[in-house]
Amino acid sequence: MFSKVLIANRGEIAVRVIRACREMSVASVAVFSEVDRAALHVSKADEAYPIGPAAARESYLNAAKILDVARRSGAEAIHPGYGFLSENAQFARACAEAGIKFIGPPAAAMELMGSKTRARAAMQAAGVPMVPGSARGLTLAEAEAMADKIGFPVMVKAAAGGGGKGMRLVRAAGELKAAFETAQSEALRAFNDGEIYLEKFIENPRHIEIQVFGDEHGNVVYLGERECSVQRRHQKVIEEAPSAIVDEDMRQRMGAVAVQAAKSAGYTNAGTVEFLVDSARNFYFLEMNTRLQVEHPVTEMVTGLDLVQLQLRIAAGEKLPFKQEELTLRGHAIECRIYAEDPENNFFPSPGKITKLLRPSGPGVREDSGVYEGWTVPLDYDPMLSKLIVHAADRPSAIARMKRALDEYFVGGIKSNLPLFRRILEHPDFAAARIDTGFLDRLLAAKPEVGASGNGLSEIAAVSAALFAATAPKKNGNNGARPEPTKDAELSNWKRTARSEGVGGE
Amino acid sequence: MIYEVTIAEKTYRVELQRVATGWKCALDGRDLPLDVTAAQDGVLSLLLDGKSYEIKQEGTGNETSIVIGHERFSAAVRDPRSFRSRRRTGAAEQGVKRITAPMPGKVVRLLVPVGSPVEAGQSVIVIEAMKMQNELKAPKKGVVKKITVTEGAAVEAGQSLAEVE
Repeated sequence: MFSKVLIANRGEIAVRVIRACREMSVASVAVFSEVDRAALHVSKADEAYPIGPAAARESYLNAAKILDVARRSGAEAIHPGYGFLSENAQFARACAEAGIKFIGPPAAAMELMGSKTRARAAMQAAGVPMVPGSARGLTLAEAEAMADKIGFPVMVKAAAGGGGKGMRLVRAAGELKAAFETAQSEALRAFNDGEIYLEKFIENPRHIEIQVFGDEHGNVVYLGERECSVQRRHQKVIEEAPSAIVDEDMRQRMGAVAVQAAKSAGYTNAGTVEFLVDSARNFYFLEMNTRLQVEHPVTEMVTGLDLVQLQLRIAAGEKLPFKQEELTLRGHAIECRIYAEDPENNFFPSPGKITKLLRPSGPGVREDSGVYEGWTVPLDYDPMLSKLIVHAADRPSAIARMKRALDEYFVGGIKSNLPLFRRILEHPDFAAARIDTGFLDRLLAAKPEVGASGNGLSEIAAVSAALFAATAPKKNGNNGARPEPTKDAELSNWKRTARSEGVGGE
Repeated sequence: MIYEVTIAEKTYRVELQRVATGWKCALDGRDLPLDVTAAQDGVLSLLLDGKSYEIKQEGTGNETSIVIGHERFSAAVRDPRSFRSRRRTGAAEQGVKRITAPMPGKVVRLLVPVGSPVEAGQSVIVIEAMKMQNELKAPKKGVVKKITVTEGAAVEAGQSLAEVE
């Protein structure tokens, strides 16, 4: 096992990896940008080093700086988390050249899966079921011919695209030209790569993915599925394991395909094969994510495994410590991704100071968080605050447990998407597991029933509002409006004093 | 102390009096046998007729959200004796209202030229921050009197971008 691991990330995932390291007696090295000095991952790690300004490309995406810290601190391996450098094959190569183990798949497998068209071709050759469509860059004329062949609706996609960028739905032949050109120019601008392909559009699919794990001795297993159909703008919002529509037979078939996909790509370590599932429960390869997923905890809850520890063991050269047939799934797990964003204002990011944080606990509740009360969520990064995960015997009890945990959860000072989750969990379609990737958009388009205030709670609320006003600290006659505008000024004064007194000991 | 609290367009008159055991409270002239304690900063524990409520407050100032369990109430609190408070409410309906940037970002588009009439809630300016676009809406019906930014401009949180009169 490694004696020291650097975590090239921030937020909850950096804390998650640090925790795994601590449990394995592996020293952890954190890196942080200028705005993250007070971030949770910095104080939780054994060592921490600054890597530059807030802008990610100058800090968390700066491979040279991170490798330099790894060398100087004596880290033997780098865990990239998710996002940032986690799917950057060049970085994986640079680690290898520096003699530092990249905790993830080989660079060649990352490159293959990173190109959607190459991945498609390779997966097709490996016999993985695919959505009908083209497997290579198309001209407009070729796209028109292809659309004719597979039939509308079709999806126009940029080969280098991701996160919903460079994607256009086309329902009729007349719309194809415009969609093709927009997708291409968007892809050129965002990814500097205008390669376009075309796919049959599956109406209202489910998003179900298989977690795979490979060691460096040729063994690959699958750890069951996760259903991530509750999405907004192609971003997952709620994930669960297992999926309500996947039975053991389907799980084995999907698992076998995912293992085949991983093997044919020479894949090792943690990976996820994403599938679209249509209403007849046919599944089609979507893409492979060559990293630990945000939603890995739901798999951990139902398998009883620690995926991050497993990643470290495999990267250190150990064999998978179990066989496929030894794995069993137990109970049901659900995860909510809690973001600093305002569900009443188009989910606009709402960074700022967390003035109050009440966290849920009790049976079957887990929170993977990257924040604390009093911390100011910086506006420079993804505004995810934490992941709330529950585990219970079955899906209905997991939903009940999640509702209970959400009631206990409170974030003050900034807006969060907490109120959204109850709307989802209480929706009859969610309770009946009638979900697909359009479910959340439909739910949001329907206006929420305006707060039925007949239960006397609004009177309690009115009294409480007055009590809060009566007990609020007086603010020098500015009538309680807009507190604490002087924080930055105070901070810089403090810094100035510290500098003039030569504090800092360098 | 007397407060007027408006929730969902209904206004309640809340009388509070500090007594040795805590607070004496009347709602719209009716005495409430309330047992209240600040369990922790920003959280009230309230007992009424044996029922227990844990109450949290989102945001501070005159506009706050009160959270009870999973129910959320937007409350506007006014002290009717306060001159400031009265003048402030007056200004809300008439006069000039500003559109301010909710956070630092970049102005992507101006949707309405200066001088044009707008409805309350109509989008006026699109700003982008954290890779997301957000439409800033007119706070009231009126005329766009002034726009102080141009497309492409970087803006700070709280910066005034436009005025509607």
